[in-house]
Amino acid sequence: MSAVEEAIAQANRDRAGALIGYLPVGFPTVAESIEAAVALAENGVDVIELGLPYSDPVMDGPAIQKATQLALSNGFRLQDGFDAVAEITSRVSTPVVLMSYWNPIMQYGVDRFADELKAAGGAGIITPDLVSDEATEWIAASERTGLDRIFLAAPSSSDERLVRAVEASTGFVYAVSTMGITGARSDVDIAAKTLVARLRQAGSTSACVGLGISTAEQVREVLTYADGAIVGSVFVSALSSGGVDAVAKTAASLSTGTLA
Amino acid sequence: MLKDELGPYFGEFGGRFVPESLIAALDELDAAYNEAKNDPEFAAELAELHASYTGRPSIITEIPRFAEHAGGARIILKREDLNHTGSHKINNVLGQALLARRLGKTRLIAETGAGQHGVATATAAALFGMSCVVYMGEVDTERQALNVARMRLLGAEVIPVTAGSRTLKDAINEGLRDWVANVDDSHYLMGTVAGPHPFPVMVRDFHRVIGDEAREQVLKLTGALPDAVVACVGGGSNAMGIFHAFLDDADVALYGYEAAGEGHLTERHAATLTRGRPGVLHGARSYMLQDAEGQTIESHSISAGLDYPGVGPEHSWLKDIGRANYEPITDAEAMEALRLLSRTEGIIPAIESAHALAGAIKLGKELGPDSVILVNLSGRGDKDMETAAEYFDLIDSAEKAAAADKKASDKKAADEQNAPGEKA
Repeated sequence: MSAVEEAIAQANRDRAGALIGYLPVGFPTVAESIEAAVALAENGVDVIELGLPYSDPVMDGPAIQKATQLALSNGFRLQDGFDAVAEITSRVSTPVVLMSYWNPIMQYGVDRFADELKAAGGAGIITPDLVSDEATEWIAASERTGLDRIFLAAPSSSDERLVRAVEASTGFVYAVSTMGITGARSDVDIAAKTLVARLRQAGSTSACVGLGISTAEQVREVLTYADGAIVGSVFVSALSSGGVDAVAKTAASLSTGTLA
Repeated sequence: MLKDELGPYFGEFGGRFVPESLIAALDELDAAYNEAKNDPEFAAELAELHASYTGRPSIITEIPRFAEHAGGARIILKREDLNHTGSHKINNVLGQALLARRLGKTRLIAETGAGQHGVATATAAALFGMSCVVYMGEVDTERQALNVARMRLLGAEVIPVTAGSRTLKDAINEGLRDWVANVDDSHYLMGTVAGPHPFPVMVRDFHRVIGDEAREQVLKLTGALPDAVVACVGGGSNAMGIFHAFLDDADVALYGYEAAGEGHLTERHAATLTRGRPGVLHGARSYMLQDAEGQTIESHSISAGLDYPGVGPEHSWLKDIGRANYEPITDAEAMEALRLLSRTEGIIPAIESAHALAGAIKLGKELGPDSVILVNLSGRGDKDMETAAEYFDLIDSAEKAAAADKKASDKKAADEQNAPGEKA
């Protein structure tokens, strides 16, 4: 069992389930993004998802787009991502996975990227625009390094594709709660519950729900059927308006939703 | 046969690099397209629309006075500029709109650069009684204000995109985001031969009519195939459309002319195949402009329709196997060709198409007076009058002041039209 899968399983043994927190590297600065990620870990987040800024983030809504664009214009480099993973994992034991669009990984070299991430102490990669059908090279690199490969599953995915997503993924399957992009929503789609049930039938023992989750109440609701709840935009907004303290406070508040 | 390539890969290019949420919609589209392709009723319906609405077949025009400036080669234009809505874009739009209707979709999403594809999509939406939203980079809404007005008049909602470089690339991102969220009732009507499978092959097939017609027309006129076929390349739809019929004619050279902006060796260009390298952008693996870390580099061209840092995967393949040649043409060369065609032949081309004309001038000098060059005149220049007037300083200062006043009041009117609550 990988560190990520173990962290999620542990949260499900101790509490209602896991809280996975997203923040982009380099927003508002590399140093502050590291402090904010550490604050997530210290306030009840079980797995850290670090986003690598990218010029064309088609899965991201306005809040995250704005943050990652700022990081890019401040001169973000992929090396900053590896450095951030190394520093965070040296300070907290919470596993850290990267979220990256495919082109930066492909240009860096899939094997080289996997080796650097592994050396920095990273646990895996979420690939929002890489489906397992196109992932032969990455699957081989993840087998070789032991990094988790986390693919997405959507409400629109066929049963056959859900089986494929479950079989191809390690650590967890990222269940997209709604047909849309990142961003806080007032209610999480009923589609999420149905999707997780379908993922269970496809054999998933580690399914986490993301997109649109922004309150402790939503976390609690999602954890009644899923193994983890993934929260992103609300942390980015907190960091943007109130700095690292606000991120800590938001994480502490959202993690109350994981209590059984 | 090179003509038989059906994707999803052209050599190492193409594929589907998109969020899982879109895979089902792409599968559905692919299935519907394959079914329609073999359905004589679909073909008949599209042919009838082209005959009675688009104005097909489009004519060819030989341009001897222009050709005097191109080494005396015989130059023949394929007149896609005469199509309804003013460019080749309508060919693909009508095909996809028919497919969308088959799929029961009631809303069309499109991106647009120059506005030609947006206008064509808004037109099809009006014709088929569908709703339509067009994403357009804010920079482009400013330089193509006339097309924004046309789309709105046709009933489409035009949304200026303020993210990133605020041009075509960002409009596509926004279109894809909209599709991810609204895939149940909406069809993303991609305007070029880029994007995830099946778009590159499907859009190419809807434009094949250009080359199929032109091949016959040139044969009839000259008794032989042309020595070269040339087209401008942004995403590459008009070029694929005219190239396709000639792919297996080994004696016919194929030339695609990219926008070199201020020069392909400067930092301000859109010469993707000349200066880029393979990567993933907008759902497909293809040549693209990017930095060492895979971040997309913003492109620059006087022509909004060519101002794109990517290119369709089939072009990348044709380049790598050596079947087609791709050369850069600067803003200045294109504008000079635009003026030359206007003055020698009385035809004002779109700035996009003027890149192909500038290429033909160079190529004619190379191939000499015995050669025959077929040029795809992909669009007309009406939409570019403001850019051309400014570039060539065509408006006297008093008129300029009046035009500026008019522009300000037009903008005010447009803003008012867009005010929330006033939308129908």
